[in-house]
Amino acid sequence: MVYITRIEHFNSAHKLYNPSWTQEENEAVFGKCANENWHGHNFELHVTIAGNPNPDTGFVYDVKKLSIIIRDYVIEKIDHKNLNLDVDFMSGKICSIESLVIGIWNQLQPQLPVEIKLHALKLYETPRIYVEYYGE
Amino acid sequence: MQQKVAVYRKESFNAAHRLNNPSWDNETNKAIFGKCNNPNYHGHNYDLIVKVIGMPDPQTGYVMDMKVLSDLIKQYVIEKFDHRNLNEDCVEFKNMNPTAENIAIVIYNILKDKINPELEMQVRLYETERNFVEYPYQN
Repeated sequence: MVYITRIEHFNSAHKLYNPSWTQEENEAVFGKCANENWHGHNFELHVTIAGNPNPDTGFVYDVKKLSIIIRDYVIEKIDHKNLNLDVDFMSGKICSIESLVIGIWNQLQPQLPVEIKLHALKLYETPRIYVEYYGE
Repeated sequence: MQQKVAVYRKESFNAAHRLNNPSWDNETNKAIFGKCNNPNYHGHNYDLIVKVIGMPDPQTGYVMDMKVLSDLIKQYVIEKFDHRNLNEDCVEFKNMNPTAENIAIVIYNILKDKINPELEMQVRLYETERNFVEYPYQN
């Protein structure tokens, strides 16, 4: 089994906000991340898939195809967008990177061939903050 | 002979913005600014490098105390822009597009008044790892 990773980028606005709380409660919990007029980040997404190299191509999976799947089902939907307002798969969710990484997993997983395992997603919000998700 | 030395301090801030010229219609804005025109904003992790050039002080060996420089940047720039919407929350961009170019000019003008006028200064602002600007331009 070989693990192969593709890295993509996107730039988005968001805020951390629980709509069932008041603005004061949101600010108490989420601090400056609750700024009602949004803030934003350069996000970096690492997508790791796993499989056995095909004996004819030597590939686990054509990474160009993987890149197109990530672009069509994730990047096109979230790059230069407002994660809270513009993204269908985040609708009704709190836009933390924890929620976002699960949302991205659910976008990608159904698009991969059955023999290819989506192994891990790593999502950086800043160079110093990232989350990992293994679909568990 | 004593030589000029450049010292640099790096800070960062995370902000939302959009590029839009209110004197143009929506179609023109979209044609010129593309996805950066998204009405609901997008955002970046901005990295700011402030360069200060001068002679090291013979008493301290410093061009400028980096702690002082760091505190000035934090107090007057980072506090103002971090976790903000540059278009909506920052008066500097009320009538000016918050492009990297204009943000760099604004930051330079904020800091210029705060540091010793005998020192030269330049700011470099990264909007992404791959897009960055410098002001003022120096050959």
